[in-house]
Amino acid sequence: MDLSKDLVAASATPLVLAILAEGDSYGYAISKRVTELSGGHLQWTDGMLYPVLHRLERQGLVAARWSEADSGRQRKYYRITKDGRAQLAAQRRQWQVVDDTLRGIWMKVSPA
Amino acid sequence: MTTFANRPLEEQIAQWRAYLRRRQAIHGADVEELEGHLRDQLVALTEAGLTGDEAFLVAVTRMGSLDALSREFARAHSERLWKQLVMAPDAEASANTSHTETLVVLGLAIAAALAVKVPALFGHPINPNDDLPLFYGRNASLFVFPVLTVYFMWKRGWNVVSGLWLALPFGAAVLLANVFSFPKGSNTAGLTVLHLPIALWLAVGFAYVRGRWFADGGRMNFVRFSGELAIYYVLIALGGFVVTLFTFMMFRAIDMNPDWFVAGWLIPCGAAGAVIIGSWLVEAKQSVIENMAPVLTRLFTPLFTVLLLVFLATMAWTGSPINVKREVLIGFDLLLAVVVGLVLYAASARDPQAPPHFFDGLQLLLVVSALVVDAVALAAIASRISEFGFTPNRVAALGENLILLVNLTWSAWLYARFLRRRGSFAALEQWQITYLPVYAVWAALVVVVFPPVFGYR
Repeated sequence: MDLSKDLVAASATPLVLAILAEGDSYGYAISKRVTELSGGHLQWTDGMLYPVLHRLERQGLVAARWSEADSGRQRKYYRITKDGRAQLAAQRRQWQVVDDTLRGIWMKVSPA
Repeated sequence: MTTFANRPLEEQIAQWRAYLRRRQAIHGADVEELEGHLRDQLVALTEAGLTGDEAFLVAVTRMGSLDALSREFARAHSERLWKQLVMAPDAEASANTSHTETLVVLGLAIAAALAVKVPALFGHPINPNDDLPLFYGRNASLFVFPVLTVYFMWKRGWNVVSGLWLALPFGAAVLLANVFSFPKGSNTAGLTVLHLPIALWLAVGFAYVRGRWFADGGRMNFVRFSGELAIYYVLIALGGFVVTLFTFMMFRAIDMNPDWFVAGWLIPCGAAGAVIIGSWLVEAKQSVIENMAPVLTRLFTPLFTVLLLVFLATMAWTGSPINVKREVLIGFDLLLAVVVGLVLYAASARDPQAPPHFFDGLQLLLVVSALVVDAVALAAIASRISEFGFTPNRVAALGENLILLVNLTWSAWLYARFLRRRGSFAALEQWQITYLPVYAVWAALVVVVFPPVFGYR
């Protein structure tokens, strides 16, 4: 099942923030985690994650630092900030509303 | 670093990275980050049993198309599509040298600015209520060009001793500008004011190309530099004009008269320092922003061509002859100079290997119509020159007209050959840069020979 582009784009911010709320991480690990959480249904083009991360960094929702990975390569690690947590909570409430609303109507229409 | 024993795989990664680096919106650190991702992915895929080639194909496909990726990066970092004008050292290695350069340039700019004030100590004050003494006009280039020469000698790593001969033209210029006793309102003194900078610019050029005038396209680079400097200088002058206006406005608001400061310090010192600062900007920016002179050339070549053609058509239609006044020769000199400039800067931005193009035809049309217009003007002037007599100004203007005419005639010939694919564009470029010293030599001639020959009048 392919998700529509708009839906993928809309869910990217809360998803990335939530994954970072679990703990600091880096691009490749974040995209692995997304695949894992969605059971493989939510597949991003890998490169697209980075512009999202950079936008969040610019908005001050995440902070980044370069440090050395086990492999010896420099890797850019991301950490959620206080503003990021607040944003995550707000997004969560918004998604909750969408989810509740849809749930209400799903019951009444014939099953998919 | 995760390096792969598989050589071809490393080469493929390097190639991919090179493609990525060419994208303006994706910076070095991002390439690093994306490459890290690619390598992690490759490790996972090869561990799952894929061969190097297969893994690379899958990993790159998952990364997404470079176009889409760079579009997304551009959206996240829109400022990157604008080339930054503020000088940011792009690598740590160059940070140190660029810091030194900033200090050297500031020092030299201040030196040039103060040089303008030195004559005031020896009885040549600038009085805001009088015209600027001619002394400053005659010596204008001498306040700045030696300093600019020092800058280029430093920048090009020229050792002082081997470059010492460059002091000769400047020494000679100091003498020539000041030993002749010009009477008030002397024409030849005015000619010196106009021609000395042209002659000395060649000396600056020698410092620019590190004394190797004939090597490695240095002359063409100097032409490019000169055009860009002129544009930067105009921009800086506009800014300076605004500063001047505010100075007047604010100090007059508190009933102070800033005349002495603006006329005695701000304008002369600023004008001198701005040459150094402008040169530095051109040097630092040459690879960062698009050159403006060729852009202006593209814009104005069609306009000037249309202007000249309409002028010729009008003259043929109405039959009205050129009304020969005193300034008319100088006016047509300037016209030819503009056309030579357009040809020169079109050549500076052109790939000599490229085949003839519509624009080359337009250039030829421009040159030919300029030649026709000038021939008509010369014919009109020649019939009356004996009436006016040979004043220094008229001889100088006639000489310049001749020099530009020779340049353009031969350029037209070379253009025609090139368009008919009988010759190369490189020949035209070669002709233009070979001709450069002619302007300086003529200017020097005017400075050296004219005053005594015409009895300093």
